Amino acid sequence: MIEGLLIGLGAAFSITNLAMVIAGCLIGTFIGMLPGLGPMSIIAIMIPVAITIGDPSAALILLAGVYYGAIFGGSTSSILLNAPGVAGTVATSFDGYPMARKGQAGKALTVAAIASFCGGTIGAILLMVFAPMLSTVALLFHSAEYFALMVVGLSAIAAFAGTGNVAKAVLMTLLGLIMATVGEGALFNMPRFTMGLMDLQSGFSFITLAMAMFALPEAIFLVLNPARSAQGNSGKIENLRITREEGRKIAPVIGRQSIQGFFIGVLPGAGATIASFLGYAVERNIASKEEQEEFGNGSVKGLAAPETANNAACTGSFVPLLTLGIPGSGTTAILLGALIALNVTPGPRLMLDEPQIFWAVIISMYIGNLVLLILNLPLIPYIAKVLAIPRNYLIPFILFFTLMGSYIGQNNATELLILVGMGVAATVLRFADYPLAPLLIGFILGRMLEDNFSRSMQLYDGVGFIIDRPMTLGLLVIAVLLVVIPSYRARRARARKEGVADGD
Amino acid sequence: MALDRWIALVILGITLAYGYAAFFTMDGSLPPFMRRNPIWPSTFPKVLAVLAILTSLVIVLGLEKSEGPTKKPDIDYTRLGDYNLGQAIFLLLLMVAYALLLRPLGFIGSTIGFLTVGAVVLGERRFVVLIPVTAAATFVVWYLVEQVLGIFLRPWPFFI
Repeated sequence: MIEGLLIGLGAAFSITNLAMVIAGCLIGTFIGMLPGLGPMSIIAIMIPVAITIGDPSAALILLAGVYYGAIFGGSTSSILLNAPGVAGTVATSFDGYPMARKGQAGKALTVAAIASFCGGTIGAILLMVFAPMLSTVALLFHSAEYFALMVVGLSAIAAFAGTGNVAKAVLMTLLGLIMATVGEGALFNMPRFTMGLMDLQSGFSFITLAMAMFALPEAIFLVLNPARSAQGNSGKIENLRITREEGRKIAPVIGRQSIQGFFIGVLPGAGATIASFLGYAVERNIASKEEQEEFGNGSVKGLAAPETANNAACTGSFVPLLTLGIPGSGTTAILLGALIALNVTPGPRLMLDEPQIFWAVIISMYIGNLVLLILNLPLIPYIAKVLAIPRNYLIPFILFFTLMGSYIGQNNATELLILVGMGVAATVLRFADYPLAPLLIGFILGRMLEDNFSRSMQLYDGVGFIIDRPMTLGLLVIAVLLVVIPSYRARRARARKEGVADGD
Repeated sequence: MALDRWIALVILGITLAYGYAAFFTMDGSLPPFMRRNPIWPSTFPKVLAVLAILTSLVIVLGLEKSEGPTKKPDIDYTRLGDYNLGQAIFLLLLMVAYALLLRPLGFIGSTIGFLTVGAVVLGERRFVVLIPVTAAATFVVWYLVEQVLGIFLRPWPFFI
């Protein structure tokens, strides 16, 4: 590990990579603060830039910086405006906004920044410990297990969508997988489902899809409902200091939530949003009676908990991405897509074949967290001015950047029409509460899933590999259970409720 | 019938067409030597088609009831008229126009046009500020893409 750290230090401390971290964090904070633009939209917009950089570690460092920055910026707008830019920071606004209204905006921002910093740093240490362990295990996996593991990941993502939504999430995943089969695959060397159109020969473009699924619907929602871009009075932010007593109060919260948040982040499908809500709930339950009263009215503990958890979870979500090559969330799915475009295949071989990428990313996580704490916190009063950009300018520019992003990738005007068409479809899907992240994850995993499936079919000359390999069978059983159990439990709960009603 | 079930019906139609292609039309063009493979190009799509048809049927028939209080959606689609629907549709049409005009009109002309018209649609009227801002932004983006990233974007209309 020491050797790896040295490689990482060498790679991460080059001028370019340092510049990438700083630029990524600043850009992320800047855009993440704008209400409605989450890390997924921002990373989607940044991908063409990252891909043109060409060096995979620099690109990944940039995108990871953007990711933390966006989460940090999202918590800033949650605290100042009660308008979370990111789902993962909704829980931050529960206590952050009341603090800001009491005139403690500066203190709230400091607590958030310290909590994020600790969560991110402890998360990075855990990542450093667990990722190599997991990838040694993962090296024993065959394509059959990979296939099964991806199925588990996909069904876990669907299962976390919640009751009443599991079928929708499964359908979106399948739709993503179906879209991935369009075009010419490497395995069969023949075009499939192109309907004779030349433009579909190479399949759908991943960047266009990411833009159409996240950035474009967000922009349309901002147009439809001006209240979403509510521009409150960001006011003066001063008095960034916290007292020693408050520091003592939040220290145990930060410790617990860093670890809990990290492991929730590792689980596929869970991610920062669930980690932050769960962190908030757990801390409220274990707090003393009088502290519980404070939760929701500007408690420092209530602010520190979700902030720590969401940052630790962001780091945790890199574990499955870097060790197994399976993204656990929409954001890491986009990162995976970017890596593949840069000709890097994340997975257990990554640490053996290209250790500098892995370790550079980890080191840059520390640097990124430091940058956020040292550079961004003092700049916050100035960065918060971005909240004053009039909506009339903001929206055309967001639309323009989505158009540019998908045009640069393909250099093809037809791509822009596909973008608009899919963007409209995605907006309609969002109206009806269909989750869109599973679609993108399905799309990105589709090729790999099919390749691994086909390889095992060829090796075992049929579907025998499912029975011959106990691990594959076990994983597939878990996958089925993950999807079936939530709906079964919901059904039973309903039956019980109906029974009670009859008894009355 | 609620919107989500209509959508599921549309997806059902798409997956039926997809499944038809996978089951009946794709294998015809398969060369004989590939027929001995345990896996055909259509194998995986067949599995996907079956699963997707079943899942969309679950939604269309409403077999899975949602539990608890449904969370308030961001936008209530039953009252779309209350929102700025006209602006949204106009902006989407503007994006289509941009896509069609980008090549013939050149990057600079079409981008300045897109940003200006977009802002005007949203209610901006201070042209003295608007036009310099969009022009400056357009040149900066063009410079970054063309010079820094090295991707060719035709700046001027086709006749220059």
